[in-house]
Amino acid sequence: MRPEISVTGAVTRIDGSLLFLERTVNVGLNTAVEVEGPDGLLRVGRIAAVETDRLVVEVLQSTTGLSLGGTRVRFAARPLTLAVGPGLLGRIFDGLGRPIDGGPPVPAVTHLPIDGAAINPAHRELPRDFIETGITTIDLMNSLVRGQKLPIFSGGGLPHDRLAAEIALRARLRGATAGKFSVVFAGIGVSADSAEYFRATMESSGALGHTVMFLNRADQASAERLLTPRYALTAAEYLAFHEGHHVLVVLTDLTNYCEALREVSASHGEVPSRKGYPGYMYSDLASLYERAGCLRGVAGTVTQLPVLTMPADDIGHPIPDLTGYITEGQIVLDRELDRQGIYPPVRVLPSLSRLMSAGIGKGYTHPDHPALANQLFASYARAIHVRVLASVMGAEALTDVDRRHLAFASAFEASIVSQTRGRTLEESMAIGWQVLQRLPTAELSRLSQAQLAAHFHGDAHA
Amino acid sequence: MSQATLTWASGPVIRARMHGPFQIYEALAVGERGLLGEVVQLKGDELTAQVYEDTGGLEPGAPLRGTEGPLSVLLGPGLLGQIYDGLLRPLTGLDAPFLAAGERVRVPREYAFEPGVTVGATLSAGQPWARVPDGGRLAQLRVPPGIGGVVASIASAGTYPDDRPLCTIVDTAGHEHAIGMMEHWPVRVPRPSAARLPACAPMITGQRILDTLFPIARGGRAALPGGFGTGKTVLQQALAKWCDADVIVYVGCGERGNEMAEVLNELPVIEDPRTGRPLLERTVIIANTSNMPVAAREASIYTAITVGEYLRDQGLNVALMADSTSRWAEALREISGRLGELPSEAGYPAYLSSRLASFYERAARVLTLGGDEGSVTVIGAISPPGGDFSEPVTMHTRRFVRSFWALDAKRARARFYPAVNPLASYSEDAVRVAAWWQAHGNSNWVEHRRRLLDLLGQQARLERMARIVGKDALPAAQQLTLLLADLANEALLQQSSFSAADRYCSPARQSAMLRLLMRFVELAEAALARGVSVRDITALPHLARLKRLGEEHDETDLAGIEALGRDVEAAVLSLAATHAP
Repeated sequence: MRPEISVTGAVTRIDGSLLFLERTVNVGLNTAVEVEGPDGLLRVGRIAAVETDRLVVEVLQSTTGLSLGGTRVRFAARPLTLAVGPGLLGRIFDGLGRPIDGGPPVPAVTHLPIDGAAINPAHRELPRDFIETGITTIDLMNSLVRGQKLPIFSGGGLPHDRLAAEIALRARLRGATAGKFSVVFAGIGVSADSAEYFRATMESSGALGHTVMFLNRADQASAERLLTPRYALTAAEYLAFHEGHHVLVVLTDLTNYCEALREVSASHGEVPSRKGYPGYMYSDLASLYERAGCLRGVAGTVTQLPVLTMPADDIGHPIPDLTGYITEGQIVLDRELDRQGIYPPVRVLPSLSRLMSAGIGKGYTHPDHPALANQLFASYARAIHVRVLASVMGAEALTDVDRRHLAFASAFEASIVSQTRGRTLEESMAIGWQVLQRLPTAELSRLSQAQLAAHFHGDAHA
Repeated sequence: MSQATLTWASGPVIRARMHGPFQIYEALAVGERGLLGEVVQLKGDELTAQVYEDTGGLEPGAPLRGTEGPLSVLLGPGLLGQIYDGLLRPLTGLDAPFLAAGERVRVPREYAFEPGVTVGATLSAGQPWARVPDGGRLAQLRVPPGIGGVVASIASAGTYPDDRPLCTIVDTAGHEHAIGMMEHWPVRVPRPSAARLPACAPMITGQRILDTLFPIARGGRAALPGGFGTGKTVLQQALAKWCDADVIVYVGCGERGNEMAEVLNELPVIEDPRTGRPLLERTVIIANTSNMPVAAREASIYTAITVGEYLRDQGLNVALMADSTSRWAEALREISGRLGELPSEAGYPAYLSSRLASFYERAARVLTLGGDEGSVTVIGAISPPGGDFSEPVTMHTRRFVRSFWALDAKRARARFYPAVNPLASYSEDAVRVAAWWQAHGNSNWVEHRRRLLDLLGQQARLERMARIVGKDALPAAQQLTLLLADLANEALLQQSSFSAADRYCSPARQSAMLRLLMRFVELAEAALARGVSVRDITALPHLARLKRLGEEHDETDLAGIEALGRDVEAAVLSLAATHAP
């Protein structure tokens, strides 16, 4: 390890967030640097490119106030790291991992590079532990399991903050020993009130003691935003894989992250891809999302609940689109349901949990859980199709079976989607069976004869 | 070995000053840690290279070493049942749960060896020259392509490490070639064969909607495009588990780590229905997840098909599943961008189309150099942005594949799996495999398939109409068509990968189900013609049983399907009898 080296007056050009230096010292790609301007402020950065006689430093905070002559650049001997230790819990940091709660620095057990390292796929354990969130549309229809990354696709003005906070508070493992549980919250370019809402919610329920918060506010530098989730995930990996915690990471709002990525990429003069976002956005997002998981023989797990607001509510926009390709499903919130006062306004049909089949059913939740969820999906899809028909030609023109589906759709939204308090999975399943009673059994092709016999006394069709 | 000195580095692209000759596409060891790289450009005394591993810490002045050959992989016994990264380096046996960059020392394995020829024998490329009994399906050692001549020396029977030369062959020009259990092959070069053979037999996938409606031939190539959440990966995995290839090469290219965990979790415990052995033993897994280095993702597709061709050359039928080729194309785009190349459509380099073509062209049924028959069937998943099939990767792929299995978000949302849209999909192989199906279980296969496709086409048309005038306003015959099409979807085309009874469907069971369904269509239409109402047909209690056909009658219960067929026939005929003219 080389000692820290600093140079003054080597900056030959400043262009946006990039500093071009004469190469007078030997430093490698990706090394962390501290840039001090004539104003005495310290800015964090890293080496973005190296050449024989030149270095390019990407400054991750505002470059306002830097000058060619008076800027001092100090090179660390390593990439950006976060000081981690058990003392992380209960603390609040800024987007660059520096305490902002007035407390002392965290006593470091070790320093971990914030970019992490890829988990060897052969060392991953398949996530199977069902997490009960208390939300029926998640527990019953799109189950979350430990080690999963399940984003919430929301829109501006929808109650995603409330939903994420409720899940963070209620999430529990059924039956088995719960293990140590902690929450890492990363506010990426969030407004001060959303950050405060989350903090107050965790505090009022006494959960702040097992929460770590990283806050990058909307008015801070874009480049800093790119690091905030990485600091948060480094803290989460430490808690999970070193301390054995089950960590739920709430990342909000990933849309701000992607906007920052686009801004920084443009300032580097890179060739843009779809809608001006850089071509590597998929790989970049993957380097965040793929940090969720379970490891063989390691007690802790990292589960991610990223929140993103779909620009113009468009699920085909590159941000939700690329996210959906990496994450294991998505929970989609709907403006129409929200307008009707249904909370949580989860649009069930486009929502999905890919790891659901691994974590539910016999030996995990309830043997009938998969078939029930499957039947509810199929019937609700048909019901929505009927609803479209009815809106064109009127309910009178529908067949009897179709009319019963229409009634089923309303009951589904009123009883299954809408809820005012947390429900256990048993409660959710009971409601599911009850709502299905509205349909003739002949229409329930996803249920076995035994399931029909057990739950449908007397054929409703007869 | 030529040396060079690093002068510039940014992301996975580096430049260096050469101190000796380098070839284009030569593999490199970069820096003190020996990161694997590949030359992509030569200009004056400067080379540009892409590095397959994390370049953090590289600095100007770092040494580069050439390897005097293109990027190659090591092939030989022991390939099957293993998981590798995109450069065919084993992922099992590493202690740390996180991957570190840099050279990995390969630990040679030992195998029992039995020579198959004696000194003085004449050998040509592809011919077997020894046996390695522990190698499983790779028990025969064959002479690598490009080598042939007279055996000058050969090791005696015994146990040897796999990196030792065991036989010397002298060619007609007098050059000596030392061969052993393992051979190097450059991944971007197709392995030669004696001849390409026409496709004729289907590769049975065990999925009814594919085998019946959109079959793929052995040595064929298929694309599987679908937006996120349409079940691409689940279908790919179902194919990997149940298709009747001898060997599966599964490449997870820029996809999720947890999916790899899922495959690794399941394959060792699921039994191959044909051999009774764990499925893992017939599988090679290549995993380059989305957060592993992007340049290695680009290489992983070539690595996979090279492994496939090597196995093909052993006389095996290989199925290669690539999930997903879009991630590979994006890796191509990312590197092209960093090299400063002129972007074409959607930022992809202009050579995207030719790269796709040369990849899919490596799928074939061939006569191997050794005189056996082998095949590589390629199934590539595509993840079109926004589920839009007019984007470059889907569009170009479409020109090079013979089977196109379009996944549909609407079907997936109704949890109708496999969510293959029968109207947007096609198979050019259907004509080629018709004879096989007619000889194996269903003499009316062509007619049934045509009828089924017709029914589904009519359904789409009638549903559009019903949306305007109402279902009840349609003539009875059209109402019946809707009912039958609905039944065909539920009873035949839907198939759950998570159902133990129905996840795999043998040709015999598929034939029985198709025959039953088509018989019902025939009977119902005849009954309607005799005056039976659609309402009466809809009210038949057998419909509910038909809809759960696949679920209720598994592979051991073909008799149950026949019995249900007799019941249905009797019921419809008696219904018709009450309306005797």
